[in-house]
Order: sequence, then C-alpha cells, then structure tokens
Amino acid sequence: MNMVAVTSEGPSLDDQIDPRFGRAAGFVVVNLETMHTQYIDNGQSQLMAQGAGIKAAELIARAGVSCLLTGYVGPKAFKALTAAGIKVGQNLEGLTVGQAVQRFNDGQVEMAQTPNRAGR
Amino acid sequence: MREVIIISGKGGTGKTSLTGAFAHLAEGKIICDLDVDAPDLHLLLQPTKERLEEFYSGHEAEIDGEKCDGCGLCATMCQFGAIRENGAGFAVDPVRCEGCKVCVAFCPNAAIRFPERHCGQWFVSATRFGPLVHAQLLPGAENSGRLVMVLKQQARELAKARGADLVLCDGAPGIGCPVISSLSGAHLAVAVTEPTPSGRHDLERVADLCRHFQTALAVIINKHDLNYEEAARIEAFCQAESYTVIARLPHDMLVTRAMIQGLVVTELPETDFSRELAHAWAKIEALAGLGR
Amino acid sequence: MIVAVASGKGGTGKTTVTASLAAVWDGPVVGVDLDVEEPNLHLFLQPVIAESAMAHMMVPEVDEAKCTYCAACSELCQFKAVSVFNQVILIFPEMCHGCGGCMAVCPGKAISAGQRELGEISWGQAGDVGFLSGRLRIGEAMSPPLMRLVKARLDQILAETGGDAIIDAPPGVSCPAVNAVLDSDVIVLVTEPTPFGVYDFKLAWEAFAPLKKPLGAVINRAGVGTEAIYRFCREKGLPILAEIPYDRAIAEAYAHGRIIATVSPSLKQTFVSLKGKIRNLANQIHLQAAAHA
Repeated sequence: MNMVAVTSEGPSLDDQIDPRFGRAAGFVVVNLETMHTQYIDNGQSQLMAQGAGIKAAELIARAGVSCLLTGYVGPKAFKALTAAGIKVGQNLEGLTVGQAVQRFNDGQVEMAQTPNRAGR
Repeated sequence: MREVIIISGKGGTGKTSLTGAFAHLAEGKIICDLDVDAPDLHLLLQPTKERLEEFYSGHEAEIDGEKCDGCGLCATMCQFGAIRENGAGFAVDPVRCEGCKVCVAFCPNAAIRFPERHCGQWFVSATRFGPLVHAQLLPGAENSGRLVMVLKQQARELAKARGADLVLCDGAPGIGCPVISSLSGAHLAVAVTEPTPSGRHDLERVADLCRHFQTALAVIINKHDLNYEEAARIEAFCQAESYTVIARLPHDMLVTRAMIQGLVVTELPETDFSRELAHAWAKIEALAGLGR
Repeated sequence: MIVAVASGKGGTGKTTVTASLAAVWDGPVVGVDLDVEEPNLHLFLQPVIAESAMAHMMVPEVDEAKCTYCAACSELCQFKAVSVFNQVILIFPEMCHGCGGCMAVCPGKAISAGQRELGEISWGQAGDVGFLSGRLRIGEAMSPPLMRLVKARLDQILAETGGDAIIDAPPGVSCPAVNAVLDSDVIVLVTEPTPFGVYDFKLAWEAFAPLKKPLGAVINRAGVGTEAIYRFCREKGLPILAEIPYDRAIAEAYAHGRIIATVSPSLKQTFVSLKGKIRNLANQIHLQAAAHA
C-alpha cells in the first residue's frame, strides 16, 4: 500500500499545497495505486498552544502514510515523522496537491534528511 | 524579506521607543508588536484597527456543580493547586488552571467541562508609518508564545501581499516562551541595553539565548551617559562575543516628551539623539541584509 | 507577611523598591527574586550565598517493555510531550508542563517520572536580610514551574525563621507575573507616570485586582509624565503608598548598583514610610476580615 500525505489548503488534488505541516488546514491522503484521495481536516490544530507538528505526525501516521509532501517541517515534527518511518519531501509550496504528487511519482522530489525550519 | 526584532532582556531600556522611531525611519515595512503581554507601541503609532480576531488557545477546566458529588479526586490530582472546595463542592480557579485535562479525565462523574480558553485578541491596523500587526492578551492569560507566532505569520503574509521587504518587530522583555518565539525565523535581533548592573546582566542572558537559537545579534547602549564604566564593560562584553554595538545613545528626556505627545522621537526637531538613531537604523539595515 | 512587588511595565523600579524595602525593614525578612528569567535582586543586595541547587521538574520516561502503545497517554496530553502512533512512543520532555496525567492514566504503569532541568535556586544572607532567588536555564521556555519551586523553598524558610518576605516579581501581567503575586498577602504595584507606565499599570490593575488582595501603588520617576496615573488611582480607590521623584542623581546611583534607600536620609525616609504603609494596608484587610467573621 503506497500512501502519500500532502499538506493542503483544501480537500482536492487541485488545491494549493499548504506550506505548513503542523498547522496545515488539512492533509490530502493519496493512494498512489488507485489515485483515490481522502481528506483529513486539521482545523483543531489552531487551538493548540504547542505540539501541533507532533499531533499532525500522529494523524498521518495513523492513516498509514509512508511519505509526506509539504512546504516546511520543524525539528520536533521531523523527529516524530522519522520515528513513524515517514519520508519527508519539503519546499513544495507553490504547487497544487496534484502537481506535487506527480513530481513525487516522477522521482523529482528529494527526500529530506533534516527539517528545513527552525524550532520554537 | 527580512525580519528584525528589537529585544532587551531587561525591561525599561527603551526598546519600544526606539522601535517606534525605527518604524518612522524605515521604508517598505510591516510593523509588529510582539510584546503581547504589555504592548505599548500602539501608544506611539495610534493605529486604526482594520481587522480584529479573537485568540483562543488551549482549554480550561470548569466543574459542573450539578454533577459534582464532592469526592475531591480532582483536587488531589491537580498538580497546580487549581481546585479548591468552595462550600458547594469543588471549583477550578481559572488563574491557576494549567489546562492539562487531568481532572476532566479522572472525574468519576464526568462533571468537568473543558471549554476552549479565550486568551485575547489580535489586530491588523493602519498607522502613519504603515501597517501594524498587534495584539492584547487578556490580563492573567498564558503567554506561551503561540500568539507571538500568529502575529509573525500574519505580518509575513502581509509583507508578501504588499511587497514589503521588512518585518520590524517590537519584542518582549525576558528570555521565556514569548521571546523564544519572537526569535524564530528572525534575521537580526537588536538588543537595547542600559549601562547599569541589571542592564549588563540581562543583556548577557538574552545574548546567550540568541546564541542558543543561532540568531544574529547587534546591541544599542541606551542612556549611555548614566555610567561610563558600566558602558565600557558592556562594550568589552560585545567585543569579546563579536556583537556589533551599533549606537550609544545619551539619556535624553526627549524620548519621554515625544511619548507624552504620542510621537516618536524622530518626529521632534532634530537633535544629536535622533541623528545617532538614524545612523543606527542605517547600520541595522546593512546588518539585516536589506539592500537599500 | 508576604509582600509582592510587581508592575505592568518593565523597568519601572520593582527591584529598586524591593532592595530598598529590604534594607530598611524592621524584623526578620527575606528578599525573594521571582523574576527567574532576568533575576537582578542579587546585584543590589549582594548576598553571601549559602547554597545553590539545580531545580528539576518531573517529565515522562517510558519503559517500553511495559508499553502496549494503547495511546491513552498521548490522547490525554494537551502539550504533546508524549506522542504515540502505530507501535511508536516518543517523549518530548521540553514540552511537558508537569501535570502527571500520562503517569496516572497509563494502564500498564509504563510511565515513570524522569527529570528536566529548569534552572537553579540559591539562598543566603545579605547582612540581616535573607535572600532567595531562582535563575531560569537559558533555553527553558517556561518560568512558572521554577517559580513554584522557589515559592515552596520560601515556605520552608519562613516556617523555620518566621518573619516577612518581599518578592521581586517579573514584569508584565501574564502567567509568570500572576504566579509571582498569587500567594502573597499584599501587592505593591510600581509604575512611572509616563504614557507607557500608565497603560501597563491599568493592565496590571485588571490582572491583579480580581485576586482580591490589598493593592497599593508606588509612583517612581514622579514628575516625569502626566497626571493620568493619579486620576486612575483615585478612580479605583488605589492608595499611593510612596512617590520617588525623578532625579538624575537617583538614576546614576541605581546605575552604579546602589540601593537607593541608602542614597540620602530623605530617600531612606521614603522607604521607611512605605514599609509602614504596606503593613497598614495588609492589616486593614485583616481587621476587615475579623470584623466580618
């Protein structure tokens, strides 16, 4: 099962990537074999004083995702994602969800070794 | 786009007064007041609020008197001493409540509600120097730094939308959560200090914090003529740690006179103080990598 | 009696007032520095430190042999200090607020108390004045956990020695400042008559008045600014307990690390009188409470 989560401003493949991970509006989870999509709303993260990135990692890990495509990820979230065995593709803001998935399928997304955002 | 934050370590060194003057001198910027606990920049900038948002963060516990049978388990488990008997049963003191949910989870009667906590408001305003993003925490509210991050995010988005290349922030005193959040993503921190034992001591701590979070730091010595020996010690410290001292400002009642008139000091007739301040701003622009 | 010296605005003179009050106090007294982010009281009292100890708070530690990854801890934790997903458990000790919930809720008792270093607590003597201070570790984000430990140490000291305590609180009106004044008997709010001072003083009044403790004001740098602070105090029935005039000589003495009550006989008298008024303020409330009993 090959599932990818993409941080998104909305539920469809045509929506813009939300550059944030922890406080992204939501995650589009794409089954790469069937291209079937599912949307996980992340609105609850707005209320969290801290730890939104860690919570987001939990959410997508439980959805059985093996890769995350996003804009930026902080160090704690990155640690959680790594512990979950989820690979991270960063710096993809400006693309739509569908465009990011296409790039990933074409092998054009480099998987990050370190988070690209400073901690708070 | 560059983010410059004016901090101090010690309160009362002149951080907000100088930020106000820099807001006057700088072009093409979004101004941001990150001292959400006791914000004062608006007293100089007289903002016209264009947008108001409520700020909710975390939760607080509330005991439903009807469902409470007075077993007291919540009070025993609360690590923050927030639950006390009040004659009619038990009640949560919102000032002490940490929002940890332990009482809610363990109450045998599910008698404890856990509503969202209203912590304050934030605003986007227009001022004579440009847009201002600011906030007011409700007195006594938790100051985790989350509201600071919300303001920074708004300021960055506004900068992008308006084609501004600078976000200029008035920071908070101290070295805790709000200051740590303020430093996140900042290109340059400018610490305003004073030549007193407290000023030097607190500068050293906030400098240590900047080093810890790898934020570039420059220093302004305000009220420089109060104690030349102490000023020299601060200069020696800055020299040893390679922090640029970008200005040495005299103690001048001008700053207070301007404040009383609701002006920034550079709006009054020019003096040595305001000239030195203009030089300082030019140096800040250079250090922050603003190609102007 | 525990006196908390607080303010809305930073730099109005809390430490100045605390040190001077301690210097003129009659009877056993402890000067307490609860401004753990930027403690300055020691610079003026110049205590001989008897002992210094690292302060810690409990944070979760998991015995993975006992963990079933049921995620009860992760579900409860409001601060994401413990995170469970699939067959993984992660601890982020720096996020922990010390509520003990994870340890209490774990069905397998797999979580025990580890430690996070908060900073340092020191105590000693400055002549007749006792001294107690907390100093937050650089990078530690939260001050209330360390402040609680300093307050607990103060309770121990007062239980042994009796006497009063004067607390130098952190500036502001959010959780650290409220924490500092919460268990005091009387709150002294130090301000300056400038527009910033007045605005922040009003915030402080809004934060501290609901605590229902006797509240009084000290106006520092009197003569600089406007009449607004006096109007506000009158309006709210807040007694002005002392005024320290704006004087370059005082500013310079402070800049040289001097306790300003020692600068002149008239300044000493200002603080002796302040001491008396604070005692009266605290006693008035006791008398009122006794009358209603």
